[in-house]
Amino acid sequence: MNAPEKPRQKARFDTIGKARRRVDGRAKAIGQQRFADDLVLPRMLHAKLLRSPHPHATVESVDVSRAQAHRGVHLVLTGAEFPVPYGIMPVSQDEYPLARERVRLVGDPVAAVIAVDEQTATEALRLIEVKYRLLPTIASPEEGLAHPEPRIHDYGEQGNIHRNQAYEFGDVEEALARSDHVFEDLFFYEGNTHLPMEQQASLASIEGDGKLLLQTSTQNPHYLHRQLARVLQLPAAHIRVIATANGGGFGGKCDPGNHEFVVSKAALMLGRPVKICLTREEVFYQHRGRHPVLMKFRTGVTKDGRLTAIHLQTLLDGGAYGSHGPASTFYTGVLTPVTYELPRFKFEACRVFTNKPACGPKRGHGTPQPRFGQEVQLDKIAHTLGLDPAEMRLRMVTKPDSLTASWLRIGSNGLAECIEKAVEMSGWKTRRGKLGPGRGLGLACSAYMCGAGVSIYWNKLPHSAVQLLLDRSGQVTVYCGATEIGQGSDDVLAALTAEALGIDPVNVRVVTGDTGITPIDLGSYSSRVTIMMGNAALQAASRVRDLLAAAAAEALETLPDRVVFSQDRVFAGEDSGKSMTFVEAIAAAEGKFGTIASVGSYAPPKPPGRYKGAGVGPSPAYTFSACVVETEVDPVTGWITVPKIWIAHDIGRALNPVLARGQVIGSVYMGLGEALMEEQAFRRLPPKLSGALVHRNPSMLDYKSLTSLDMPEVEVALIEDPDPNCPYGAKEAGQGPLLPVMPALANAIHDAVGVRIDEVPITPDKVLAALAKKAKGEAPRVGPERFPAVPYPEPTFVLPPWEGGDGNELKGRKAA
Amino acid sequence: MDAPTNAIESAATRDAAPVRHNVLLSLRVNGEEAEAYVAPYKTLLEVLREDFAHTGTKHGCELGECGACAVLLDGQPVLSCLTLALECEGRAVETIEGLARGTELHPLQVAFADHGGSQCGYCTPGVIMTAKGLLDAEPNPSRERIKEALSGNLCRCTGYQQIVESVEAAARVMREEKRGAKP
Repeated sequence: MNAPEKPRQKARFDTIGKARRRVDGRAKAIGQQRFADDLVLPRMLHAKLLRSPHPHATVESVDVSRAQAHRGVHLVLTGAEFPVPYGIMPVSQDEYPLARERVRLVGDPVAAVIAVDEQTATEALRLIEVKYRLLPTIASPEEGLAHPEPRIHDYGEQGNIHRNQAYEFGDVEEALARSDHVFEDLFFYEGNTHLPMEQQASLASIEGDGKLLLQTSTQNPHYLHRQLARVLQLPAAHIRVIATANGGGFGGKCDPGNHEFVVSKAALMLGRPVKICLTREEVFYQHRGRHPVLMKFRTGVTKDGRLTAIHLQTLLDGGAYGSHGPASTFYTGVLTPVTYELPRFKFEACRVFTNKPACGPKRGHGTPQPRFGQEVQLDKIAHTLGLDPAEMRLRMVTKPDSLTASWLRIGSNGLAECIEKAVEMSGWKTRRGKLGPGRGLGLACSAYMCGAGVSIYWNKLPHSAVQLLLDRSGQVTVYCGATEIGQGSDDVLAALTAEALGIDPVNVRVVTGDTGITPIDLGSYSSRVTIMMGNAALQAASRVRDLLAAAAAEALETLPDRVVFSQDRVFAGEDSGKSMTFVEAIAAAEGKFGTIASVGSYAPPKPPGRYKGAGVGPSPAYTFSACVVETEVDPVTGWITVPKIWIAHDIGRALNPVLARGQVIGSVYMGLGEALMEEQAFRRLPPKLSGALVHRNPSMLDYKSLTSLDMPEVEVALIEDPDPNCPYGAKEAGQGPLLPVMPALANAIHDAVGVRIDEVPITPDKVLAALAKKAKGEAPRVGPERFPAVPYPEPTFVLPPWEGGDGNELKGRKAA
Repeated sequence: MDAPTNAIESAATRDAAPVRHNVLLSLRVNGEEAEAYVAPYKTLLEVLREDFAHTGTKHGCELGECGACAVLLDGQPVLSCLTLALECEGRAVETIEGLARGTELHPLQVAFADHGGSQCGYCTPGVIMTAKGLLDAEPNPSRERIKEALSGNLCRCTGYQQIVESVEAAARVMREEKRGAKP
């Protein structure tokens, strides 16, 4: 199952690599794509949630009698109806659909009203009387560390620490001690949110057979399906989850949402369809976005700028629930060694609960934060040592088919080519330092995974499965649980199936994201879909191709392994005069073997690391990116203008160049927004107004994102070096290209005006503050000033591969 | 958000749920007469989606911040979430559903499908209608002008570049069609 299918060689590709209209392109352009809130069922009712106005309180009582009696109200639900908790990870089952005893953030749902229409439900919400007893709030990880009481949750490491961990790969202090230079820098990355254009919506109904159907905007129908079975105490086979077309996800629709359980329960109780659509404000409370992370990098280098060791410490603001937090905590470090050769690495991470919306996975999941710190620090190192930042990086890129100090196996690696391409496109060598005052160029790189090597819940089962059904009418239907969130996964499935069978992708019907019909795929996260779904699809396709080839070979008087599938025809190898249509080949095979169908599945290779925790970070393949940002800084206002961005992305192979380029530009856009303006920030109300901790900007007007006028031109180079683990060599493009943008911008600002902004977002006020410091002769830097004392545990000590390790933890560390 | 503990309801709202009287609304939607009894508080967005089953028009905020709900009202782009439906009495509304001629797509629709202008597709109807408003008035806009016209339409997927390229491609086709039609 691990070995990807090797497609039979054709002289050239029919579909792959050609710019094509995506399979769902027409529906989207004519307004026919049906999103969850576009669905309407007969006798449908509407749900609204009553949310806590307090960031931390015990719920003493909930009186729903007046709401229940309100005209048009069919049902009022409270936490009493939901005794079973949930959470996306087995170790974070800490949420209830409706709060039972405690609310932990402004926006935690306490009750739900199901009524004839939204207006009536909203009216009835105001008739629910909730008595709260307020509790002190934790606003930041620093507060959480200083105040173990009150505990936001009664589980976790200790006090308000949710996760706390440490790993050391080789003796890092020893390596730092013998380094020519040790650089110590603090960085802060503010939280931000996905802001998908579509607000989450869900429609639950009872199908004719009495079973539950939930049609919902989710990236992970399979995980949601499992959680619904758990919370509703129903057999999973009696629940069907359809992931409707998602109006953007970016990680925000990975976690199960309170509202999904509420409408499901209500539909089961009422026997009628129940719909909910979150308001934009509610989407900000659902969140699960980028963790705010404070970071400390201690990095040793030789005098010619080669890394000797990195000691990385991170402190994550987790928000009020576990969510993906255990994984996010790992991801603030595990991919650090993938870009450059790093002999030794120590990584300590701590996630603290706070009374704010839960953080989780956003595009790049945990990795953009340390990548920002690492790449800005490298820029500082290059400047201190008088090296060209691009040259310095080029000299130490990781090698293809190598292991990192932490035992991640890197396969194909196009980082050097990416750097060279970004340097060439941007005119780095001739333009840098010559753009005039206030203008500059900055460069940064990154690496990202093509799918998490381990499932969110422990199992040895396939991560993705595909079923393929062909019939004599020529219909080719491909089924997969994968979920379209806008990234084009349906198009990838159609394209790969079509290529393998030599047919036009328009002749492939794609059925995805339906737990009642499609075989399991784990979901649209960790940039896993192209690789995992794709390998499963190629396996399924090769199996039906073998059947078709056997049947066609007889008719064409050739051998099965000489049969070639191309252009909707089946050819007798080199003799292009002897052929039949693909539809005739299906009929021939159906006559010979019966109904033609197949399945394919894929699980990633077993990772080489064997220490506890080695499961986070491994991936079948890694992508690499290099980015150059040009910037102009107005020294009077601090205003930052970005005229142009160049980015080279090592994609393996671009299956559809239009979509691949779109993923890269979209990543750059989101990264630039994070770099310049996006922040999910909070403030305390004045004491006379309860002192509550509230969201500063839960609206699209106040939460700033880039508009078409703010967005610079992006020049994209796709570096194509096919990866043997990936379908036709194709790696991810949806997340990796986001990561180098923020540090490249910070480095460009330094190049332009000589100041360091060591935190994101980089706003004009910070630039002005740094310029003012520079004018006064102080260190021209704005960023975090201190890193709190975090009680990290003793590290798990593992020897790097080149120091004789076997991938296991070395007990009694450093004894050797 | 109101604090539920502080929410003291008046007797009127507590005891008697308001009986809402719907009002007759007549307008033209995509060239066809449309008529319905609608709740008077409803926005054009709500009436289009809920009363006329035109779900092609989307909503991202219902506060006039995102542009997903843009439609043409008497040829001008408006945010349907900020337009009271009753203000549209007797007027002409054009939505994404009205753009194609039968099964033949409008050049903007072709361009968005072909040039990556649409990823998740949720902002697409609003973007296309805004772009149509622009191209109907200015057949040959500069790139800057296109960006300016679309600056009220948020998109989280594309980074706008392929949207702008799609509009440019459509504008070229529309100009050619116009030239072809003239003689």
